[in-house]
Amino acid sequence: MNGAHDLGGMHGFDPVDIESGKELFHAEWEKRVFAMTLACGFLGKWNIDQGRFARERMEPGAYLNSSYYEHWLHGLALLLVECGLLSQDELDRFEVMNESPLAVRANRVQEILSAGGPADCASETDPIFSVGDTVRVRNEHPSGHTRAPRFVRGRSGTVASYHGSHVLPDVSSQPEGVKQGAHLYNVRFSATELWGEGATSKDAVYVDVFEPYLVVPA
Amino acid sequence: MTHDHHHNAPLSEIEQRVKDLEQLLVEKGLVDPATLDELIDTYETRVGPRNGAAVVAKAWVDPEYKKRLLDDATSAIAELGYVGRQGEHMVVVENTPQVHNLVVCTLCSCYPWPVLGLPPVWYKASSYRARAVREPRAVMAEFDCVLPDDVEVRVWDSTAEVRYLVLPMRPEGAEKMGEAELAELVTRDSMIGVTQVSIQ
Repeated sequence: MNGAHDLGGMHGFDPVDIESGKELFHAEWEKRVFAMTLACGFLGKWNIDQGRFARERMEPGAYLNSSYYEHWLHGLALLLVECGLLSQDELDRFEVMNESPLAVRANRVQEILSAGGPADCASETDPIFSVGDTVRVRNEHPSGHTRAPRFVRGRSGTVASYHGSHVLPDVSSQPEGVKQGAHLYNVRFSATELWGEGATSKDAVYVDVFEPYLVVPA
Repeated sequence: MTHDHHHNAPLSEIEQRVKDLEQLLVEKGLVDPATLDELIDTYETRVGPRNGAAVVAKAWVDPEYKKRLLDDATSAIAELGYVGRQGEHMVVVENTPQVHNLVVCTLCSCYPWPVLGLPPVWYKASSYRARAVREPRAVMAEFDCVLPDDVEVRVWDSTAEVRYLVLPMRPEGAEKMGEAELAELVTRDSMIGVTQVSIQ
């Protein structure tokens, strides 16, 4: 979706706030939101792409006006209701109607974090592209979750490396959460291709791009 | 409650909302408060950029390790025990006198947790995410890192589940230092690529 989260290339922001942004959190409540999001994620009711899509659906004005962990809080509340872990009534009234003792206990945290969640997922077809090929990103604007940032759509680049076949976020972010494999390439886009002649010609942006996003340039 | 600041101030609206949500989730049986504490403690005190610094220092002193790291970063990093969430598919990109690498996630905040911990606030903020891909040199200059024009800047946007770690250049004057001493020099920001490693 063309949401406010897709920030690459936007103008108008202040310089990077290095000094007051050097810590991991602004406030205690941010730590709790971070941990609640992970702990609820451990319940297995949503995957990482559904989690990202929930945060992206925040109203664009509100998204840009709020801090990072406010995005997470918004996403968490949406996911809890959409996945049926909480009813909207419970969330609105902060009142428990039905208990649901699924909580993951603290003694399992390290094991879960260490296991991680690898994204490898086999594809039924062979990769179409090889390292060195020229490719172009389709100029598509899906209303759902996608990981092709706007600044590369319609742009041409060169396949720099191949990462294997990974879960396609566009499909796995849908409510069914289906894991469909797609070949994943790292594509080099020259800075001038992306940003015009004013960019430093030597420089480049490397973006991980799924095969369904790519075409052979005409 | 363990708020570090303004002990007696009333809770702000968002603090109240977060507190209420936590209470609701605990009462409902969806969240164990000890699990939340364990998660916060893990990323505040146990997993952080010291891990990445150990990887970098080892690569500086051990050419065989460096080769493995650039070939298959996930396995080479796992040799040092750094594995798991947000580090399942690692790629290490090497800075040289000709090439400088910088990592961003324009779409959210993807970051290699097992080696760097959680990202700093600025990494997740709009300014860095918007500007790192379009004007990386201007962004680096804000970190007092100015590169010669003939150095190629490569910006890595973490759009999939691959996580990037920059292998900075070993600074001049550090030729005689051992692995442990070198690791002390390596900063988080140098492994994101907004700065270089120097001997202070």
